[in-house]
Amino acid sequence: MKLTLIRALGTSAAISLMAASASFATECIAPANPGGGWDFTCRQVGKLLYDLKLVDQPVQVTNMAGGGGGVAYGYVVTERGDDPDLIVAASSATTTRLAQNAFAGMTADQVRFVGAIGADPGVIVVAKDSPFKTLTDLVDAVKADPGSVAFAGGSAAGGFDHMKPLQVLEAGGFTDIRAVKYIAVDGGADAITQTIGGHTQAMTGDMSETIGFLKSGDIRILAVLTDERVPGFEDIPTAKEQGFDVVAVNWRGLYVPKGISDDQFNAWAEKLQAVADSAEWKQIMADNGLAPFTKVGADFQGWVDKVIADTETMSRELGVIQ
Amino acid sequence: MDTLSNLALGFSVAVTPFTLFLAVVGCFLGTIIGALPGLGPANGVAILIPLAFTMGFDATEALALLTSVYYGAMYGGRISSILLNIPGDEPAVMTTLDGYPMARQGRAGDALVLSGVASFAGSFLATIGLAVMAPLLARVAYLFGPAEYFALYLLAFCTLGGLAGKNQAKSAIAALIGLSIAMIGIDPNNGTTARYTFGNLHLNDGINFLVAIVGLFAVAEVFFFIESHGKDSAVGVKLDKVTLPIREILNCKWVMLRASILGFFAGVLPGAGASLGSFMAYMSEKAIARDGDTFGTGNPKGVAAPEAGNNAAAGGALVPMLTLGVPGSGTTAVLLALLMTLNITPGPLLFADRPDVVWGLIATLFIANIVLLVMNVPMVRIFVYILSVPAYVLLPGVTMVSFVGVYSLSGSYFDLLMMVVFGIGGYILRKLEVPLVPVILGVLLGNQMENSLRKAMTLSDGDWTYLFSSPIAIVLWIAAIGGFVAPMFLRGLLRRPPLPGDGVADQD
Repeated sequence: MKLTLIRALGTSAAISLMAASASFATECIAPANPGGGWDFTCRQVGKLLYDLKLVDQPVQVTNMAGGGGGVAYGYVVTERGDDPDLIVAASSATTTRLAQNAFAGMTADQVRFVGAIGADPGVIVVAKDSPFKTLTDLVDAVKADPGSVAFAGGSAAGGFDHMKPLQVLEAGGFTDIRAVKYIAVDGGADAITQTIGGHTQAMTGDMSETIGFLKSGDIRILAVLTDERVPGFEDIPTAKEQGFDVVAVNWRGLYVPKGISDDQFNAWAEKLQAVADSAEWKQIMADNGLAPFTKVGADFQGWVDKVIADTETMSRELGVIQ
Repeated sequence: MDTLSNLALGFSVAVTPFTLFLAVVGCFLGTIIGALPGLGPANGVAILIPLAFTMGFDATEALALLTSVYYGAMYGGRISSILLNIPGDEPAVMTTLDGYPMARQGRAGDALVLSGVASFAGSFLATIGLAVMAPLLARVAYLFGPAEYFALYLLAFCTLGGLAGKNQAKSAIAALIGLSIAMIGIDPNNGTTARYTFGNLHLNDGINFLVAIVGLFAVAEVFFFIESHGKDSAVGVKLDKVTLPIREILNCKWVMLRASILGFFAGVLPGAGASLGSFMAYMSEKAIARDGDTFGTGNPKGVAAPEAGNNAAAGGALVPMLTLGVPGSGTTAVLLALLMTLNITPGPLLFADRPDVVWGLIATLFIANIVLLVMNVPMVRIFVYILSVPAYVLLPGVTMVSFVGVYSLSGSYFDLLMMVVFGIGGYILRKLEVPLVPVILGVLLGNQMENSLRKAMTLSDGDWTYLFSSPIAIVLWIAAIGGFVAPMFLRGLLRRPPLPGDGVADQD
């Protein structure tokens, strides 16, 4: 056992050495454990940055879980505020939490959002035997009796998945959004399970989470929350064409520290654009159920600011924040 | 016969010299990871995922390595439970109850071999269940909504009282402490109310189970060791020869079978998982065994039941993960993420779309099981040698590995501080003779129970009758009430003397 102990220690030493030796290269912080969406962003974008020779050393991925991304956010703001070799994975969850003041008082203007290079479209889903055939059916049912329709989603109450049906309902003229039933479960697949099982009447989530159930015929997607129909799924209508002007996508992107120069910021924006334009990235998006959604640089920062302002307003109406 | 031809396909995919090599490596690493407090199956698999990517493994190879680690860690968790009274991971908590007393009686070898065989029985049966019935069982998950889950957790809590050996009140206090700890963090039902976080962002996600377990058991042990200069410490049990306790294994065969079935179904339910599987297996065996009152004092059945249960649950947890994409446990959540990264999307079509992956995985599980049986029964001596290391060497080593393991979870010093805080808490509780296992169960189950209740109340607009609105929920409620009330009336009536010659050494 002494031997096994020593070996185990050796393994951990080797892991920490691996972590330390690459400290001069670009570092991408994934503010969650390996395996999630942020980890995916760091690993895939990091790999492409190096493969496309946009950085000269392999990108080192650091996982820093905690506080729904807040621990990494605080670390970047306080410890690495002017590091030009640091990028951090972000998504709609990041901006939602910032808008709801879930990062212990830290605000969105303490970093710079440099770009999004893909997005998972929001969807509203019902079970195959549901009486709701269109989004309008569903919205009308909520209008008639808010208690009759419960939504299940993978994010906490007030989170991004919760906001999607609320935005649709508001667009449909229903304003008493606090009356809408929503339960938070462990991820999109669990939300679908609850909906197929009849415990909830509809599911709100990301499109990539629903594909398997869609193909097996267990569910029906009432609407996808994008501007245009999603390539490959042309038979699924958008909310927009059904008269609900809502676009809600779970974008995958990055932020960088506040203190870097404009030139450095623009350099990162150009690199992300190059990644987004590459054939390799397009393949990765297709394989992972992401739809094209590229916004970089000042354009992206402006868009993020607007999204955060909208989320804040809705969260206030919802009573999630005061 | 369909299953057999599919299985043949699986073996043809899975059996290459390289995947076999990976399975052996994975089983070995997994057993160590499981045995080390602070490293459980979930972070063991998480740590190795980047390795699998760096080495450029294809799907079959990556799955061979990581599922071997998963099953290996489930086996390994029992080792430190039995030898050190420190659970190697959360599903192994129940194994400390009888495993450690057995080791105290000089039967560490027996306990390890028996639990090894029980682990094998549990995971082997579960793998068969997975192969034969997975697509069918997926439908079970549809039946369980918030009301049914709440009743299930309630059932677990109602039987908790039976766990206490000496003092029921102290068990109840311990469970309440666990429940309070479970409340720490952002309220998931409204997404913003921070409970008991004192404005500290690190507490927003709540307390990690491993931090609590390592603190309460391992760190507290260190304090005891220091205080008593080694006399009062749990470490340093008698070493015995490792033989094959055939009689006990045969004695426990029905225990293993029942525990495996129960554990498997607990695993299949996405919200329950391995910890609930081992708990339910232990409590039900305790309830029906004729020598039930010797559970907790080193009854071999109390070792076989939770180990068969938690390993079967580990296999069962793969069912919703593969067929629905819903992970039934922390580890399957990590495996799910791995599959997605490999461009394999689990869901209702996985068995039809990617039979090579699914059946290759199932074949790998069978292989890993055989490898693990060999590693954990004839070779268990290696692990028993842990006892020959003096405690003053062993304990600091275990502590150090625990710290490294917990640090690897989040890379945050805060978890290390929390661990020490839990260590101090565990020390005080042990001084007061408050049992620690109900604390852990309170933390593990309390969160889920609260969430289920809150969801049920949201769905029903606060109508309590919703909780009894389905046949499944009603059955679970009846079982829960029965489990709570029955011991009070039956305790005097049903107490039978331990059967002579049952091979159960009565302690004290």
